[in-house]
Amino acid sequence: MRNTIGYAAVVGQVVVLAAGAPLLTGWMRQVRARLEGRAGAGVLQPWRDTRKLLRKEPITPVGTGPAFRAAPALLVATTVVAGALVPLLSTDTPVSGHADLIVVVALVSLGTLALALAGLDTGTAFGGMGASREMTVASLVEPTLLLSVFALSIPAGTTNVPAIVSGAIHSPARLASPAGLLAVAALAVAVLAETSRIPVDNPSTHLELTMIHEAMVLEYAGPDLALVELGAQMRLTLLLGLLSSLFVPWGIATGLSWTSLVVAAVLFAVKVAVLGAVLAAAEVFWAKVRLFRVPELLAGSFLLALLAVTASYFLNGAS
Amino acid sequence: MRTTEDIAAAGLPRRVAQLLTGGHRLALVAAHHDERGIRVVYLFAAGPPDTRTELHVRLDPDRPALPTLAHLSFPAGRFEREMRDLFGIVPQDHPLPHRLVRHFHWPRGWYPMHPDAGPPPPFGEQEGPYPFLEVEGDGVYEIPVGPVHAGLIEPGHFRFSVVGETILRLKARLWFVHKGIEKLFEGRTIAAGLPLAERISGDTTVGHALAYCLAVEEATGTAVPAKAQQARAMLLELERIHNHVADLGMLCNDVGHGILNAHAQRVREQLLRLNRRTTGHRLLRGGVVPGGAVLRSVPDPRALATIGEDVREITGLALGHSTVRDRFTGTAVLKTRAAREIGCLGYVARASGLAHDARAAHPFTDYGPHLDVPVHTDGDVLSRFLLRAEEIDISLALVRHLADGLTAAHTVVGLSPAPGDQVRDGVGLVEGWRGTIATRVELAADGTLARVKPVDPSFFNWPALPVALADTIVPDFPLTNKSFNLSYAGNDL
Repeated sequence: MRNTIGYAAVVGQVVVLAAGAPLLTGWMRQVRARLEGRAGAGVLQPWRDTRKLLRKEPITPVGTGPAFRAAPALLVATTVVAGALVPLLSTDTPVSGHADLIVVVALVSLGTLALALAGLDTGTAFGGMGASREMTVASLVEPTLLLSVFALSIPAGTTNVPAIVSGAIHSPARLASPAGLLAVAALAVAVLAETSRIPVDNPSTHLELTMIHEAMVLEYAGPDLALVELGAQMRLTLLLGLLSSLFVPWGIATGLSWTSLVVAAVLFAVKVAVLGAVLAAAEVFWAKVRLFRVPELLAGSFLLALLAVTASYFLNGAS
Repeated sequence: MRTTEDIAAAGLPRRVAQLLTGGHRLALVAAHHDERGIRVVYLFAAGPPDTRTELHVRLDPDRPALPTLAHLSFPAGRFEREMRDLFGIVPQDHPLPHRLVRHFHWPRGWYPMHPDAGPPPPFGEQEGPYPFLEVEGDGVYEIPVGPVHAGLIEPGHFRFSVVGETILRLKARLWFVHKGIEKLFEGRTIAAGLPLAERISGDTTVGHALAYCLAVEEATGTAVPAKAQQARAMLLELERIHNHVADLGMLCNDVGHGILNAHAQRVREQLLRLNRRTTGHRLLRGGVVPGGAVLRSVPDPRALATIGEDVREITGLALGHSTVRDRFTGTAVLKTRAAREIGCLGYVARASGLAHDARAAHPFTDYGPHLDVPVHTDGDVLSRFLLRAEEIDISLALVRHLADGLTAAHTVVGLSPAPGDQVRDGVGLVEGWRGTIATRVELAADGTLARVKPVDPSFFNWPALPVALADTIVPDFPLTNKSFNLSYAGNDL
């Protein structure tokens, strides 16, 4: 029984992530469209696009190798594994012992790296350009991701994400501390950059020369493109879910009961939808910064993360 | 007003140098096949006061060649390359004797504007290689873009030589949409030429149609009623407004600030509907006709005032946004000296400190005190943005002024045939929304069009884009390109 619910939680996390990701993207686009005074395509549009792409025949450019072919599957697979590990619905699953912070960040980075290699593999100027830009951003984002969660792991005394989350549920004061607030700001900027949102990248642009993420995947078509899109959408959901789990952990199941699992799923959907709506609304008021200003922005978020760690260390040392 | 001088080829450079130092600019060069061989017409314009000087040069029918003027005027060098590709006229000692219009596989020795050219032959042997200049160095790489782009824009191939993200050199190769418009004009009646003129560049319907009509009216000696000229001037400003509003929105969109684009496009839609009520067509087709103008209704001043408010709010929000302003400021600077040497026109020239405006230099109607020509000197994207915003305000005031006293009516006179049966010619110079459009028309004895040569300002402005982009970063290219917003169709003809 114990194992059944535990595995059900893991499966539930992956299913919610995979099924909900396109809905979240559709929801965010819809919110943005309405705020801009447009009708919008509807929340289901990303799923319709995915269905359309899956029906097309697979096409691979001449001269591409295994890196190009493996990248879409690898991107989705790493996100699925990370989604199973991170406590989106429950902190007590059979795999939560392995859900180390460094593992999660490494899985996310592995997906980024796979796409960058695929971009280089195409041999086109855009693929290489996108890969180079993505790696520049990634090299600045990953330390911030790690550091900002370290700030939370210091009071918990572990880098195990479920332990950090369940610790926060039991003593919410950890989150309201200066360290917690600095960490949330740093992590939010890092998530924006990692998921290619404004102000770092523009997910809706058609201007190939300004693209970062899109430039890497220009050569994909059909089912491969569907996987790449799904992977990107799942990463956005995963990172927003991680953000909400770390900083608004209430509602996540800490015990083993079917009721708490269902409640957790509903609350997860609500939290991520609200977070997505806030992000979409914020994007309406932002513009994309000049590419050379992106490192400044990310360096700023890294500094916040560093301050969070320092504050966390000293405040905990004092207590 | 327009003086014509016949001149020998050998004396051409000296006379052209005189005209250029005397404040003229080269507006148009057109070659013509006469019975006695090729005649090349150079049109120079200056103003105010409105001065037009034509130099006619007759070439040796067996070996058509001209002394190059490229060292005197950059646009002249480009006109010469165009003539070489279309007519086979050789510019002697040209410093850059590459192809311009001709595409890679046009057969050698086939010149489409020759009277015996016939229908286009299949692709054949290339006229020699035409490689891109390779920039070499540590870490330099090339980005080829186009001619098919990701967005719905016209075709053009851009080759960037880049180190890191900084553009070292950009080469734009155009003429992918060469449609043979000059050839299509030949032999048409004046009435049948109008729809073609309106479609030279779809967003410049009034500009090209008006330049064509002014040229035809000069050739036939037709006097157009003052009311009709007033209506035409109003339509010209309506065209300027809807294009500028769209550009303001798209410039914001290119820096990822989509909401202002959504609102600019909403305003543009109102303007297009206003156009439809005014002339029966959203892009103002059918408003300007040979001999006059046709209006279905006159714009309501109150509606224009509301639109003006809306546009001011959009530009205010854009300029108040720190990221948008940062992206615009200092991006892709075109210096005054470069703009002058390249021969830039329109808002590109005015944003770089050159006060070129055909409405002031070559007026066809009385604009009164409302015509104001704003000039900025920084030459960056911000200057081109601000200039558009200011021109919208001025154009709205002009429309209100010009609409005063107009009624929805046909104000058209029949074209009066000029006496005699010699070739009759005329020139139209119009400040379209992109800049000065020059069209030169020659009529055959039977009143049909013998030769029509339109020149879109984009032909002059395209070479300025790579110059402005030197040392700009690659991700700023789309923004810069939009701030120039040059026509491919108008350039390629």
